Amino acid sequence: MRRLTIPYESRAGLILLFAAGFGVPEKARAQGDSVAIATARADSARYPYTPADIAFMSHMIGHHAQAIVMSRMAPTHGASTSVRILADRIINAQQDEIASMQRWLRDRRLPVPVPDTVLMKMPMHAAHDMLMPGMLTDFQMKQLDEARGPEFDRLFLRFMIQHHKGAVVMVKQLFGTNGAGQDQTVFKFASDVNTDQTTEIARMEKMLFTFTFGQ
Amino acid sequence: MTSTRSRCRTASRLFLVPALSAVAISATAQTPDPRIGLRAGKFDAQEAAWNLKVVSETRPSEKFVDGINSDITFTSHYAIQGSFNGYQVWDIANPARPALKTAYFCPASQSDVSVYKNLLFVSGEGLTGRLDCGAQGVADTVSSARLRGIRIFDISDLANPKYIGNVQTCRGSHTHTVLVDPKDKNNVYVYISGSAAVRSPRELPGCVQAAPSADPNSALFRIEVIKVPLAHPEQAAIVSSPRIFNNLAPVVAHGATAEGAAASAKMAAAARARGEFTALIAGEEMVVPTDFVTPMLDSIVQARNGTGAPTAADSAALRRGIQGIMDEEFGALPSGLHPGPTQCHDITVYPAIGLGGGACEGYGLLLDIHDPAHPSRLAAAADSNFSYWHSATFNNDGTKILFSDEWGGGVQPKCRVSDRREWGADAIFTIVNRQLQFQSYYKLPVVQTPQENCVAHNGSLIPIPGRDVMVQAWYQGGISVFDWTDPKHPKEIAFFDRGPIDSVRSVLGGSWSAYWYNGNIISSEIVRGLDIFALLPSEYISQNEIDAAKTIHFDYLNAQGQPHLVWPPSFALARAYLDQLERSNGLPSARVSAVRVSLRNAENAPGPARIRALRALATQLDREAGRSGEADKIRTLTTTLRRVADATR
Repeated sequence: MRRLTIPYESRAGLILLFAAGFGVPEKARAQGDSVAIATARADSARYPYTPADIAFMSHMIGHHAQAIVMSRMAPTHGASTSVRILADRIINAQQDEIASMQRWLRDRRLPVPVPDTVLMKMPMHAAHDMLMPGMLTDFQMKQLDEARGPEFDRLFLRFMIQHHKGAVVMVKQLFGTNGAGQDQTVFKFASDVNTDQTTEIARMEKMLFTFTFGQ
Repeated sequence: MTSTRSRCRTASRLFLVPALSAVAISATAQTPDPRIGLRAGKFDAQEAAWNLKVVSETRPSEKFVDGINSDITFTSHYAIQGSFNGYQVWDIANPARPALKTAYFCPASQSDVSVYKNLLFVSGEGLTGRLDCGAQGVADTVSSARLRGIRIFDISDLANPKYIGNVQTCRGSHTHTVLVDPKDKNNVYVYISGSAAVRSPRELPGCVQAAPSADPNSALFRIEVIKVPLAHPEQAAIVSSPRIFNNLAPVVAHGATAEGAAASAKMAAAARARGEFTALIAGEEMVVPTDFVTPMLDSIVQARNGTGAPTAADSAALRRGIQGIMDEEFGALPSGLHPGPTQCHDITVYPAIGLGGGACEGYGLLLDIHDPAHPSRLAAAADSNFSYWHSATFNNDGTKILFSDEWGGGVQPKCRVSDRREWGADAIFTIVNRQLQFQSYYKLPVVQTPQENCVAHNGSLIPIPGRDVMVQAWYQGGISVFDWTDPKHPKEIAFFDRGPIDSVRSVLGGSWSAYWYNGNIISSEIVRGLDIFALLPSEYISQNEIDAAKTIHFDYLNAQGQPHLVWPPSFALARAYLDQLERSNGLPSARVSAVRVSLRNAENAPGPARIRALRALATQLDREAGRSGEADKIRTLTTTLRRVADATR
């Protein structure tokens, strides 16, 4: 499978090339996939997806993947119970959403990023224009990984707020693009990301204040 | 949508298929749960039912095959089933054989539907909805062809609905709620909930994306109220945009009450009045502790090269800057939004008691709806286990409210072993002094596969007198009937479930809504069509209780416009209460048997003798009430006996 190592802003065009027939090697598929692909094609004939939709569904996989890596630190970094529960919920939610994005891409025979690989190859340390909104830099990830206990809680919340805000920005960019969000799955998915993460940001801000001041 | 695949042609030939599948039925709970391990299949999945009987399973009509069925509304003997492709009208006079009356093709997501008299309202939220009902979508970000809001149809002739008007809204309509004001015979009101992106003002003038702090006309943090003049429904228009979320103090701690939040808001306001420093954190005013404030004041003194105690001017400078500092420290929402919900997902109104339940993103709200155009917030609840407050159902007395959490948006499988029981569940609250008090969670009490999208979704009360029983859709988790009379211990008493649509991959499907309507449970299955069930008697619900439930007749039903249930006097009603007294040991079993005999004799007696017998029985039972732990229930029974007597000629 080809890996996405090209900069954020310029990937969409390349992905379209794949869609146009350059193709990626297919892995063995589950039974239902041929039906799903037919359905996806029928849907796409009606509401064609655009490079912006593909970019969103591809990039958000890497974006989510980083949130999962951050959240997986909680049990080993002395996080408090409430942060561990929050982290559990983020892992649960974003793993499921990654599966949804991968399914959408696979059904349309588009390249399917694999979270861990994408994350490793993600140019997080590169110039800021290659960084997706809200993504933590390598330095921030290192800071978080080195923190323990209350310091981890505080950094985790700060960084996850930053990270979620970035996802909200990505949804806004998607819906601000001509032709984007016509695909029903993309529209629903992006709308869910927007509402869920906005709700969670408010919750984390309150937690952060409470941790800091013990109120 | 194309229909070239063979299964579509097959479906179009066979779309009226009564239930054929063999269904395992048993009155008592089985171990292992028969919902586990059901064979997958789109139209041939294995089924499990408990205390429910499948009456019919009807596939979507031709243009709706492979669409997404959504909510249902009811008028007369018709079920109107929304779909992302439009809506289908089913004649359910014979529930064993629903007949398609109309399939109206007019795509929009999600096509939430409601009726009032000759009017049908249909929601459009997505970017693809078109004024001309075309299926080609709307590619441009600004277009005069787009419909986001409410479509209005005249359904005087259900075979030929007339599309008579629209009301366009800034965020479209994800769901809507028809409010029939008991005091207003000339209009109905429609509350619009839309959580999607705000439209460009170039597409719909007046739509403002900026936060209310930047522009008071912001389309965020408000709902829309549409007034529909019944004489001229085409003139329906927005009459107000209530900001029901203003000054909302969140309650994050699980189970904490809104009163607690109100108390802390009061404390913060008092501290501010005393000259202490406060800041808005996640929408809640909080006191900034002195050990944080002192160094900041000191640094202001230093910055002006001063010494000694901070002056009033220093304090004023910090007061101006403290919100910014706190935002920097604790974060502020994107693009300067203040937190809290920017919209509701859905609102359930209960006009008979003047209350509404708003399920609004991170909050559940209790609303006063006496003035329909200006609903106001009475109370709010938040819950750290709740991801997304989705819908609300009151009990008939208006003393409890159940909110559902659509964690994962309905497309994710949130009923696996690994998914916590308190996530993606219902939260049950009592309403005490118009405040919400958390009691317990209810979640589908069986695990589902990772291939089945499953989370709490739409349901309605089953009119079992004297109890709070409801039926609820759980997507591919099937439907669950449960009793929440005891709000701390909700209990499942019936279910229906199918195997996943596909055995290896996740495909969106399952029951979107399951509602009781005039004696049956009607379920809108996203993929498989329209399902109708009958409730069976069991150790949890007696035949008399079911018969009493069937005496409630609706002329129409929008589940989010909750009607007040008033049971007409009947022997079934009296026997239902008697069965409940037997179940709770409110009367000795010998006495229960004797009363049953008296009731049978009374029913068989001619008019005047029946009246005498019923009144005599009521008088006797009233005397016994004082000795029973169920005095109220006995008095409800005796009141019923007298009402039956009064209704006897």
